[in-house]
Amino acid sequence: MTACDDCLRRAWLIAMLSGNLERARRRGGVLALDDDALIDALGGTERHELAKQYAGFDPRRGRAIVQAAGLTSRCAHSDGYPSRLSDLEDAPAALFVAGRPGALDALASDDDLAPAVAIVGARRCAGEGEEVARALGQGLAAAGVCVVSGLALGIDSAAHHGALAASRPQPAGPIAPTIAVLAGGADVIYPPSGRGLYTQIVETGCVVSELPPGVRPRKWSFPARNRIIAGLAGMTVVVQARERSGSLITADLAMQLGRPVGAVPGPVTRGLSQGSNALLHDGAHVIRDARDVLEALLPGYRHEPARGPNLAPDLAAVLTAVENGHATPGEVAGAHGGDPAAALTALTRLELLGLVRRDPAGRYARAADLGPALL
Amino acid sequence: MLARVTCFALDGLRPRRVTVEVDLRTGLPALTIVGRADAAVRESRERVHSALLNSGFQFPQRRITVNLAPAQLRKQGPGFDLATACGILAASGQIPADRLAGWAVFGELSLGGELRPCGGALAAAEGARAAGLDGIVVPWACAGEAGLVTGLEVAAAHTLADVAALLRGAAPKAPPPVAPAASGGTEFLIDLADIRGHAGALRALEIAAAGGHNLLLSGPPGTGKTMLARRLPTILPPLDPEEALEVTRIHSIAGLRVGRGLIEQPPFRAPHHTISAPGLVGGGAGPSPGEATLAHRGVLFLDELSEFSRPALEALRQPLEDGHVTIVRGQTATCFPTRVMLAAATNPCPCGEGGAACRCTSADLTRHRRRLSGPLLDRLDLLVAVHRPTAGELAAPPVTDSATVRQRVAAARWRQRARNGGLNTTVTATDLARALRPGARALLREVYERGTLSARGHARALRVARTVADLDGSEEITVEHLLEALGLRQEQGETTPVAA
Repeated sequence: MTACDDCLRRAWLIAMLSGNLERARRRGGVLALDDDALIDALGGTERHELAKQYAGFDPRRGRAIVQAAGLTSRCAHSDGYPSRLSDLEDAPAALFVAGRPGALDALASDDDLAPAVAIVGARRCAGEGEEVARALGQGLAAAGVCVVSGLALGIDSAAHHGALAASRPQPAGPIAPTIAVLAGGADVIYPPSGRGLYTQIVETGCVVSELPPGVRPRKWSFPARNRIIAGLAGMTVVVQARERSGSLITADLAMQLGRPVGAVPGPVTRGLSQGSNALLHDGAHVIRDARDVLEALLPGYRHEPARGPNLAPDLAAVLTAVENGHATPGEVAGAHGGDPAAALTALTRLELLGLVRRDPAGRYARAADLGPALL
Repeated sequence: MLARVTCFALDGLRPRRVTVEVDLRTGLPALTIVGRADAAVRESRERVHSALLNSGFQFPQRRITVNLAPAQLRKQGPGFDLATACGILAASGQIPADRLAGWAVFGELSLGGELRPCGGALAAAEGARAAGLDGIVVPWACAGEAGLVTGLEVAAAHTLADVAALLRGAAPKAPPPVAPAASGGTEFLIDLADIRGHAGALRALEIAAAGGHNLLLSGPPGTGKTMLARRLPTILPPLDPEEALEVTRIHSIAGLRVGRGLIEQPPFRAPHHTISAPGLVGGGAGPSPGEATLAHRGVLFLDELSEFSRPALEALRQPLEDGHVTIVRGQTATCFPTRVMLAAATNPCPCGEGGAACRCTSADLTRHRRRLSGPLLDRLDLLVAVHRPTAGELAAPPVTDSATVRQRVAAARWRQRARNGGLNTTVTATDLARALRPGARALLREVYERGTLSARGHARALRVARTVADLDGSEEITVEHLLEALGLRQEQGETTPVAA
């Protein structure tokens, strides 16, 4: 399975024009142009030189480079290209894939049954945003939904991590727990601190890019990457986003594709929630947990009211105390009777059950709900 | 005319016998001191000269050579003044020399001829006993300290004239009794009963004290981290006589408690975070002991852990593990003991608030954690979360007091010693794991496999669980013991749910 000559040539052309794209004053819709028009639009004075290079591209050499980088390629004319991407008017010509090629095949089938959800949000996020993203990723992956995101710091990474955590107990099924779409080549780990996460993702799922191997990400390539995320996912969920966040671009694109968009509500006073709250105001689905996502994504799915976990009475009492805002073993012991040692034992039990979380200050709070699969 | 007087120099913490030889010859009047003496010893010329004259003795108008043997040992400090003066008196025939053969003399002189206390009298007395001498003459203020050494006659003197009288054969005045009251005995001025609320933190402190675990106190500013840490020595068992002598010797040499009696309480040292690596573990030309050695058998408290310089914390790592530090200067190596319980304090995050009020992003938290992290954090067994007490807790009576907790700690330590021959911190993880009940074993295994605990974290959880079981009076480690230990783990990693 490999991309056809024309699509490979197109991918290398975009890489060649990366610098020109960076300098271009207007980029809207540029990637929808055909190859000759693209050279004319962006090439400037180097236009003829670029056209010559473009004509001289050797697809065999291109394939050799892809193979040497350990990647595979595919295009709309080959097998394994996710047909849902064709809904984009500027759909990527070729896709380069690191990791299990099968991970993308599940999304490539025409019947559109394989569900995928994009979870995106701020890089500089707050602790609870990360926790929600993680819980959503874990709940969705456990329910057999592929989590698509961008490997960025913050929300993206948390969503990937959650999905990977759900896949850990049992071996990966036909649907990959998570797919990352990169703004550079699929072999260029960006941000570099995502190396560990990248390694885990390529083991169970795959990392995808429209750019040939070795290409560094540029400013223009992040919004371009976002369109692939929106195109691959059946639904896009924004967890935390500021008012002018890149995540909102992904949500806009999803809306243009006619796909559902959801957002996690946040405090109205917090800058970090302004973007996601604005989406809710504009009619996005309210996302509280993975069940809300499934309800919006799968028409037949009914949101069962969450059943409380089946706990022994003393544990249930401690959980109620935490829900009522008693955050420390001392306070829990005071509210519920008993000594702090017993309270700490119960809190740790609840923590290991995933019902409460301990923050760096040693305070306990109710954990984000993991969704149906784990209850 | 030649006279020999015995004195003691300190080589690190060890007393080394030094023979002060004084020779008077015909020639131009002069006083020369040889034998690797430092500035304080060479300056003793002026002090000895004035002290002799002001005490009514003659200063011989001869050429005087003072040799401190052995020559290769560095000698520092003013403790040789008295020996030099006695040597000159004996060499010039002003006092009989025979009594000096079996006695050591140790002390600093003032210009007026009074004896001033100086650090290391306890070590010097111990050296005199080990050398098989009959007795030692020390300044009056140091008598309590030197008197801790049994099997040695300790004569205390106020002035150089008193010393001369002693050496002429006068009966020594009885040295002042060793007053434990001078050191405060086992009574502390502070107590856990001063603390309102903090029930959870007090329980964690008790566990740390019982197992000798190094601990990390984490909490917003002003919630009482330092207050809690300062009370840690009050719940440790008092030092046994041998330990007390060791600690007293160290503090005496460092000049911290000159002239006072035995130290029976575990010491508490809280160096400021600007401290250098040599300041923390010992060093300098001497070399002299660092804060870790001054806290030996007690608590070393590092407030604002993230503000300490990385070299200083790195230097602390090995001494914490080994219980001693060896400092090599030139051709000599000096060993200082550093068996301390380390208590470190930090804010939970850069803004300091933690919890719901925290304004930090997760990237800030990662950065904060990275500043703290590293090998030192690995040696902190448990997290003591310190929270702002509620108004109700502040109004309530104190949760407990030091004497009660100290008793429980002592009982738990006794159990550990009976079983391991030492505290739980000295036992390997394999040995500890034997006591796990099957349920606890399965839980620990599952938690580890889910990645909630690192390999070191696994060993730490096991050690702390062992101590919790010891406090509970149980030989086996149950699921409850393990759960409490896991609740005190200091790692902040993600928790993956497990069926518990």
